[in-house]
Amino acid sequence: NLAAAGPEKFTLEYIQKQVEEYEIGKRHLANMMGEDSENFTQEDIDLFDFIYLFFLLKQICFYFQHPDEIFPKQRAVQWGADGRPFHFLFYTGKQSYYSLMHDLYGKILKIEKHQDRLRAKGLFSQDAQLISLGPSRWLTKEELELLLVETISTHDYDRFIKLMERMLAMPYSSTEEEFVQRYRRQLEAQSMKQMMPPLEKDENGVAFSTAEGRRKTSDSSVILRDCGSGHITINGQDYLQYFPVLQDREQLMFPLQFMGVLGRFNLECTVSGGGRSSQAGALRLAISRALLSFLSEGDGEAMRQAGLLTPDPRVRERKKPGQEGARRKFTWKKR
Amino acid sequence: MAVRALTRGFRYSRAATVASPCGGHHYVTAPSVKPPQPQADDVTEKILNQPLEKPDFFRVAELFSLKDLFDARVHLGHKKGCRHRLMEPYLYGCRLDHDIIDLDQTMEHLQLALNFTAHIAYRGGIILFVSRRRQFGHLVETTAKDCGEYAHTRYWQGGLLTNANIQYGPGVRLPDLIIFLSTLNNVFQQHVGIRDAAKMNIPTVGVVDSNCNPSLVTYPVPGNDDTPAAVELYCRLFKMTINRAKDRRKQMELLHGLSAPTSQTSRYALK
Repeated sequence: NLAAAGPEKFTLEYIQKQVEEYEIGKRHLANMMGEDSENFTQEDIDLFDFIYLFFLLKQICFYFQHPDEIFPKQRAVQWGADGRPFHFLFYTGKQSYYSLMHDLYGKILKIEKHQDRLRAKGLFSQDAQLISLGPSRWLTKEELELLLVETISTHDYDRFIKLMERMLAMPYSSTEEEFVQRYRRQLEAQSMKQMMPPLEKDENGVAFSTAEGRRKTSDSSVILRDCGSGHITINGQDYLQYFPVLQDREQLMFPLQFMGVLGRFNLECTVSGGGRSSQAGALRLAISRALLSFLSEGDGEAMRQAGLLTPDPRVRERKKPGQEGARRKFTWKKR
Repeated sequence: MAVRALTRGFRYSRAATVASPCGGHHYVTAPSVKPPQPQADDVTEKILNQPLEKPDFFRVAELFSLKDLFDARVHLGHKKGCRHRLMEPYLYGCRLDHDIIDLDQTMEHLQLALNFTAHIAYRGGIILFVSRRRQFGHLVETTAKDCGEYAHTRYWQGGLLTNANIQYGPGVRLPDLIIFLSTLNNVFQQHVGIRDAAKMNIPTVGVVDSNCNPSLVTYPVPGNDDTPAAVELYCRLFKMTINRAKDRRKQMELLHGLSAPTSQTSRYALK
């Protein structure tokens, strides 16, 4: 349904004109800069500052990227000069989606025929050659829409996935593996391993590690040195001076005390932003992360389970109009 | 030029009527359709008018016989309770509550329908195959792809024909013929396409079973639409006629020395 699809449709002539203007602008720029105008690529343009370019070429071309990257992909005209549409399923309205379903069903029929042939020869075995997919997921509905360049409904998407699953469940479906992989995306390997900071050695041979932590609006950075003295410095001050309240110092101690390495490390911390409590929380997270590189896998897992390595996602909720605070409403007056 | 074409049309089709889509006269073997690429070329006129001289120019009667229809179980209708009143003229009889379709009438109707399809394909018309049966959807789509024509075996959106300019964009060309391999939709009601084609003056060819309404179909073909053998037979016949007609057109153009590569590629450039 082309009319309802988007706010504005760019005609092919308009986009072609934009492409020509872009090419002309590129050549002008190359000539002005004294570069080779034939081999002047997009990377060379990107090196220039945008404002500088604008003053040079202001009357010619306002985009400094190829128009294909700016204007969204849309369908070209679907029929030829004599009016006959190009695609045999044009009159259904959703030609790409239905042609995909048609091809998929054709592949299922082909696999079934293959199975019948093997059965006739007596070579059929039930557990043969299912496709191994690995850690991957199906394309989401949005990704499929992008691929097909047309909108599909949730119902259509569900039917597509069901048909794919049906094909995968058949034995001897490994012949269509390449087709199936086109519609799957690899999952980022969910690493159970924590991202631990690297262990470095400074001039004196002392092992140290650096880590950062955030809480609410505070940012902190901690350098953990394996000295053996247990001194803690925050922004150049001693920790007793910086955190007069016991609760904040307890927050600092907790990771070290949990692992039983209280006196072993020296901490050199910097922290900014936020208030007293959030700075303490940020420091605690940074210390736990820095500690990971000195500990074993099991200890790291114990820290994770204790919640020391999880950044606290809570931030201040905004105040809404018509209310006194984020949640508090104005006093209700009966009359 | 347009006036001259009109007077020529009147001179040749004086005895014939302009084929009306609803219950047209069966004397006319081909409609006096305005050719899709009107040129002042006499050769094109000759190519287009030559098939109109003979009743069965494409020899479609040779493609099937009564025995083929019987073997494909085309004569089997539904039960007596499902019978549509308007199908009674086409039925041979009823045996143990099962309706039997008269294959002699089917032969005539099928011949007319195939002849009509051949003429449309010869003139480069757009043919749309429609069937809402899930069993045969893939088969119908494959048939259409092999002929180089179009198919629609999916959910019929309401404004497909009647609201085409808004749905597809301005200047879209509608089908010149719609072939229904089954005139019913999934809930056993008449397919919306029959009524829409009648509204848009598009002729239709339809395989009508004993529970279907044949009134709005231009060229009804009484026959079975449920058995795979019958539907495969219909698909094969339509495919053969369309391919035959297109090959004939190519031959005629080469024969008369009209090598028009653009018209050839545009007709066959289907992805």
